[in-house]
Amino acid sequence: MSTPMVQAEGVHKSFADNEVLKGITLKVEPKEVMCLLGPSGSGKSTFLRCINHLERIDAGRLSVDGELVGYRQQGDKIYELRESEVARKRAEIGMVFQRFNLFPHMTAAGNVVEAPVRVKKINKKEARTEAERLLTRVGLADKFDAYPSQLSGGQQQRVAIARALAMHPKLMLFDEPTSALDPELVGEVLEVMRQLAESGMTMVVVTHEIGFAREVGDTAVFMDGGVVVESGPPKEVFANPQHERTRAFLSKVL
Amino acid sequence: MSATDATQTPAQGRPDQIKAVPVRHPGRWVAGAIILLIAVALIRSIATNPRFQWGVVGDNLFATPVEEGVVKTLELTFLAMVIGVALGILLALMRLSANPLVSWASWIYIWLFRGTPVLVQILFWYNVAAIYPKITLGTPFLHANANDLITPFMAGLLALGLNEGAYMSEIVRAGIISVDEGQSEAAQALGMSRLMTMRRVVLPQAMRVIVPPTGNETISMLKTSSLVSVITVPELLFSVQQIYSRTYQTIPLLIVASIWYLAMTSVLSVGQYYLERRFGRGSSRNLPETPIQRLRRIVLPTHRRPDVAESSQERR
Repeated sequence: MSTPMVQAEGVHKSFADNEVLKGITLKVEPKEVMCLLGPSGSGKSTFLRCINHLERIDAGRLSVDGELVGYRQQGDKIYELRESEVARKRAEIGMVFQRFNLFPHMTAAGNVVEAPVRVKKINKKEARTEAERLLTRVGLADKFDAYPSQLSGGQQQRVAIARALAMHPKLMLFDEPTSALDPELVGEVLEVMRQLAESGMTMVVVTHEIGFAREVGDTAVFMDGGVVVESGPPKEVFANPQHERTRAFLSKVL
Repeated sequence: MSATDATQTPAQGRPDQIKAVPVRHPGRWVAGAIILLIAVALIRSIATNPRFQWGVVGDNLFATPVEEGVVKTLELTFLAMVIGVALGILLALMRLSANPLVSWASWIYIWLFRGTPVLVQILFWYNVAAIYPKITLGTPFLHANANDLITPFMAGLLALGLNEGAYMSEIVRAGIISVDEGQSEAAQALGMSRLMTMRRVVLPQAMRVIVPPTGNETISMLKTSSLVSVITVPELLFSVQQIYSRTYQTIPLLIVASIWYLAMTSVLSVGQYYLERRFGRGSSRNLPETPIQRLRRIVLPTHRRPDVAESSQERR
């Protein structure tokens, strides 16, 4: 067996007195597409943000590609990683946000080029060629020099996906990538994500799009109240939910 | 079928243009007349009152000491703002630091320099030799007499710059806070360090909030710099004071100074307008045209606005 891309064992996370994650245990294999579902406040976004250490976990173990997230283990002792080490690991994980978070003062191509040039120190010309290739791949060949404010939500989110891909990540995290979009724009973003999944990218997707989870996902994980309630192949989870809470949730969103 | 026909030919079914009698506003006419009357009286008195001595104003407007004073004022304003902005960024970053001592030090600085009058600070720096007669820069070999090092110009510059730093830090901090947190998160998720995130992502966006009040600060600095006339720095106000203390033509020379201050602040306002456009990039679909672009459009009707051309290109 290969090393799992993401492995979580009893992950806990609290914000002040509010415990958001109460022991998450799950595993994402390379090339797997995992969809995290559940009502808002169930902790799925928080868990996703723990994977690239935007939030630090309080207890349990979380590793990406065999290495602990945010910490380093030597013998019995666990050391916190330095900022530069955390940054180096984040560079290998792509993330797409609900609100796109494109840099508004840079063009589409500028957004995609930024991290390869500044973080990986890739030559500007090469990075630009790569950016144009990626933007073409997400269907924005005519928008290289458009500013985010000149793009629709769906176009912005596709630029954001291209921006994450420019770092050649080994894992992609999607935090409700279509929740802020007008209904008619959801399809174009999901289509790009479907193609990405087909190309063999390992993906963890927090989503409310049951259709996408069913068609593209290898695993569906249903979370509620900071724990994993139920997980398995999407078709089984959706067709034959074992848990009352899963059934209640699905009856509302299906 | 007939319904769609009706919507396809809106011109035919269009009713007559409304020709209504506009509402009268007699109050506006009365107010306008009063303002006009006051203006005429004021201009008449300014133009005809011989004690304004407009001839003297004309004679001194481009006198050498006045021009030198203008240059000194600009120099002082520019350098003090450079110190102020640099210090402001530093203090703002210190204020937002995770280290409580660093953030506290910044708070104390702001408290001290914002809480005392700038005139008092100017006098303090002018008399700094009284407290520290010898200034040693860390080593006993590098030292200077405070009186040699702190010339009146240096004292004025230090006072204005250090005072400005306190105000600028609050402006910079407001700018940094105004940038959505998602921006730093996105940058950090891409593997950018905190410093790089600040320099490449947060500060450029904060500029949009920082530039307008900084323009105000610069205009304000240009006027505040006249305070250093009290410590004999030969800037604009001091220069005209030198002249009228000799000739007793106080009013016309104060008018000379006012004309120069107004001219300089007007130029700065125009500069601020263009700077705001520069940092407004990407914030709106179309930037408003500049006065020069508008002039060109009026003079050359065929000339197209560049941003219109841009957006039609985008539709392609």
